[in-house]
Amino acid sequence: MVDLTTRLGALTLKNPIMPASGTFSEDLADVFDLDCLGAHVTKTITREIRGGNPTPRVCEVQGSMLNSIGIPSKGLDYFKSTILPHYAAYETPLVVSISANDADGFARLCSDVTLPGVAAIEVNISCPNIEEDGKAFAMRPRTTTEVMEKLRAATDLPLWAKLTPNTGETIEVAQAAEAAGADALVVSNTLLAMAIDVRTRRPKLGNLMGGLSGPSMKPIALRMTYQCAKSVDIPVIGCGGIGEVEDVVEFLIAGASAVQVGTATFINPTVMPRLIDGLAEYMHHAGIARISDLVGSVRDEEAADGVVFMEAAP
Amino acid sequence: METVIEMPTRGALRKGPVAEGMARIKSNDIVTGDYRLMVLDAPPEMLDCRAGQFFHILCPTGESFRPYLRRPMSIYCFDPAAGELKFLYKVTGEGTGALSELRDGAEVNLLGPLGNGFTIREDWKNLLLVARGVGLATLAPLAKEAREAGCTLTAICSARTEALLMSIAEFEAMGAEVIPVTDDAGTSGVEALREVIEGRIAEGGLDAMYTCGSNRILTLLQDIGARHAIPGEIALEQQMACGLGMCHCCVRSFRREGGIVHERVCREGPVFDLQEAMGW
Repeated sequence: MVDLTTRLGALTLKNPIMPASGTFSEDLADVFDLDCLGAHVTKTITREIRGGNPTPRVCEVQGSMLNSIGIPSKGLDYFKSTILPHYAAYETPLVVSISANDADGFARLCSDVTLPGVAAIEVNISCPNIEEDGKAFAMRPRTTTEVMEKLRAATDLPLWAKLTPNTGETIEVAQAAEAAGADALVVSNTLLAMAIDVRTRRPKLGNLMGGLSGPSMKPIALRMTYQCAKSVDIPVIGCGGIGEVEDVVEFLIAGASAVQVGTATFINPTVMPRLIDGLAEYMHHAGIARISDLVGSVRDEEAADGVVFMEAAP
Repeated sequence: METVIEMPTRGALRKGPVAEGMARIKSNDIVTGDYRLMVLDAPPEMLDCRAGQFFHILCPTGESFRPYLRRPMSIYCFDPAAGELKFLYKVTGEGTGALSELRDGAEVNLLGPLGNGFTIREDWKNLLLVARGVGLATLAPLAKEAREAGCTLTAICSARTEALLMSIAEFEAMGAEVIPVTDDAGTSGVEALREVIEGRIAEGGLDAMYTCGSNRILTLLQDIGARHAIPGEIALEQQMACGLGMCHCCVRSFRREGGIVHERVCREGPVFDLQEAMGW
């Protein structure tokens, strides 16, 4: 019998598989029992009611997808009255993803969702910050520090910072989040991308550009997970293109203590329970007793810091 | 909606109301032009369907086509006794192209049935549907439900040419009165349709109207419906990712309570109130 439990700071999850924010909701309970998951992660909540972006909000690109949903949200009151009570029926810990477009608003929302029934708060600092001309908070270490310090002061719950791949300062941002009090890093959100219909010459997304996710994103997210795990002491949660047991194992070896599964659920809605079973089976056959035996076990002894922390391919 | 089941650990799959699994292709033949009919041998849990619902189909990648996301497809026919599920589709892109290459005996992964079907209220007796092109596929199962509900159904079937008028025999077999109209014969225009429908209303009245797919027909039925206080429903399409309501990709706009709301075609639809639907 293998032990699938994994530690994320003060939280212990029964297994390392959880959904990525935006690709999961109580609607998935129509397909399988959601209590099998290591954690539940809500779609990002904003304080105000938001309508989201124009359609088309999704298109596919060679075995992956682009999306530009625009964080439609029914607001904080709806979260408290409807979403939170729904998850109270589950044993699985609930992680609430939040966002705001300025640091003070972010902190107030963080304080307002610090509620019984919430196990951790994932802060989507990959979203645009209106005080910085729409640049995402997590694109730069300075803006990461500013927002994370305010968020840290706003809650005693575990705080997970969701990083963006749209930066050339992955390590500096990761370290800034850790120094400002993040309890874990989620690595990462989607990569800004574009697709054009050559026949009509129109961008395929209503919002012109959107986030790349799916298998094409995996090597990028894996590289970032590895770099973050090497440069901080807090746990890293891998996220990007995970759909097979081997992908999960690869992220754990790179240094992730848990993983989030997103786009793969759109293709195979039962992928998460399958990964949980498949991971147990893999570990059993490989003679690996605990998740912690895999985490960060990458054989990179010879690599110099200059290689590990580079931000451009040679 | 959700069922909460006590379960200690691990991912053992439990059956929800929505099934995901394989169905075997019995046939997948050309009907006419780009239209194909796929007949599947489907498990019983996939055959508890309502007219207007859809399946989210994992289209396989082959040499010529490489679809990634699932494709939503409305149910053309479901027959629990025969264990059969049918889709009538037009080959237009990667997803339907990939489906068209599947041979008899191949298996395809389906998720469904999904969404809300058409409503037939108990006090409705005279129903009318207006369908054009591949929209006939979505409305075909409504004929069976109308007959089971003891309603009379008039089906106005519209297409570019007579050769593209599909499903007329199926509608007639279900006791519907079919009025074929075509662009070739000049009988499918909005004003011609208005005349036919107004005629029906003058003769014996209509209790409800159903449609899908065409903006032109939507506008016409909204106008007639508002004028005569006849309710109706429309099945809508939208690009989807998850099909279950999680991703919010497939929203459309609706008029409600003096404002405009967004609803998910996969979860709140694909069937919506005729007057609330907005053209596109």
